[in-house]
Amino acid sequence: MKDFRYLKDVVTLELDRAGCIGCGRCVEVCPHQVFVVSEKKAVMQDRDACMECGACALNCPVKAITVDAGVGCASGLINEWLQERKLGKLSGGSCCS
Amino acid sequence: MPRISSGLGFNDHLGGCKARWGLGRMDYIVPPGLYAIGHPTAHDPVLVTANYKMSYDIIRRTLTERNIWLLVLETYGINVWCAAGKGTFGTGEVVRRVTSTGLAQVVSHRCLMLPILGAPGVAAHQVAQRCGFKVSYATIRAADLPEYLDNGLVTTPGMQKLTFDLYERLVLIPVEVVLASKSLLIAAAVVMLVCGLSGGVSTGIMALFAYIGAVLTGIVIGPLLLPWLPGRSFAVKGAVAGLAWTTCFRMLTAGAGWSWAATVAALLALPAVSAFYTLNFTGCTTYTSRSGVRKEMRLGLPLMGGALALGVVLLVLGRYI
Repeated sequence: MKDFRYLKDVVTLELDRAGCIGCGRCVEVCPHQVFVVSEKKAVMQDRDACMECGACALNCPVKAITVDAGVGCASGLINEWLQERKLGKLSGGSCCS
Repeated sequence: MPRISSGLGFNDHLGGCKARWGLGRMDYIVPPGLYAIGHPTAHDPVLVTANYKMSYDIIRRTLTERNIWLLVLETYGINVWCAAGKGTFGTGEVVRRVTSTGLAQVVSHRCLMLPILGAPGVAAHQVAQRCGFKVSYATIRAADLPEYLDNGLVTTPGMQKLTFDLYERLVLIPVEVVLASKSLLIAAAVVMLVCGLSGGVSTGIMALFAYIGAVLTGIVIGPLLLPWLPGRSFAVKGAVAGLAWTTCFRMLTAGAGWSWAATVAALLALPAVSAFYTLNFTGCTTYTSRSGVRKEMRLGLPLMGGALALGVVLLVLGRYI
């Protein structure tokens, strides 16, 4: 996805290197090549490419990765805000919501 | 055990086309369970997919003339990627389906091949713990499966890279237009009514055209020109496309007697409308993050709302100045 870059320094992805066992699952599941394994530990080589899908965190057997994953479209987020405030739902909502 | 044909017929293509346009899209399903493509034996691989019929069709077409097991999960007609995000293409459903189909008695190995985009819902190590099957994430695209299978089940870097080319963006647009049409009709009626009442029928019709154009610019032009529109922010990309639309529209209708207030109002309100719809396309992309969209909304929504409100105020005031 070299042609497509989203905003810089916004993602919530965190890696606890001390906890990492270097199994490489994060490298396997990430569709944006955020991770590489170097010296038996995962390293974030391109953190800004993360789309917060949560695959790495869920598949990390030692829970060394955290990320706030979830629906990422505008209407999905508006619906989340509305539901948190018990104000109903936007009509015509699409995608994964 | 249902044995399935790997060729797609007219009805499969028609159904896929209808789903792209939002017709019966939520009911386009196949029953979950274990299917045989070709004549698989106990040693043949097991591929896992969602029960959205388009996902299932793409897989079986790709695997023509192969022997393979297809384990279809109950994702309620949602594709792998979205179902993984919701958790229905998830650890629990994989384990449940492996158990309910008696997969362990059908195959002699203990391996499952999953699409990489299913990983946000499935914890591979937990599947192994709970049902004894080892999960391998194979490829992102079904089209790479034959090479993956021939390659000794090795994922090459290319199979793991997401793309978002013009065609991939194009096929997502029809359903976005259909989904937006309901709110579009209501908003268009309001725009036409307000402008019509204050400036006569021809002004109303012109405003309607301008508004629909701004919406379609946001839904169609923004996503299509995504890599070429400036900036990283979707709202900015949409606003730029909207500005271009407003300028074109203003030039094409130059003879219609635009007041300076109407011109400024259009330049404020229309790009804001396009910006909102292009920002909403972040839900369809494969590279935007939730935190990024949240930031864009926090900064962008007040700006869009403000521009829209200011446009309306100018339009109304303009009639009395």
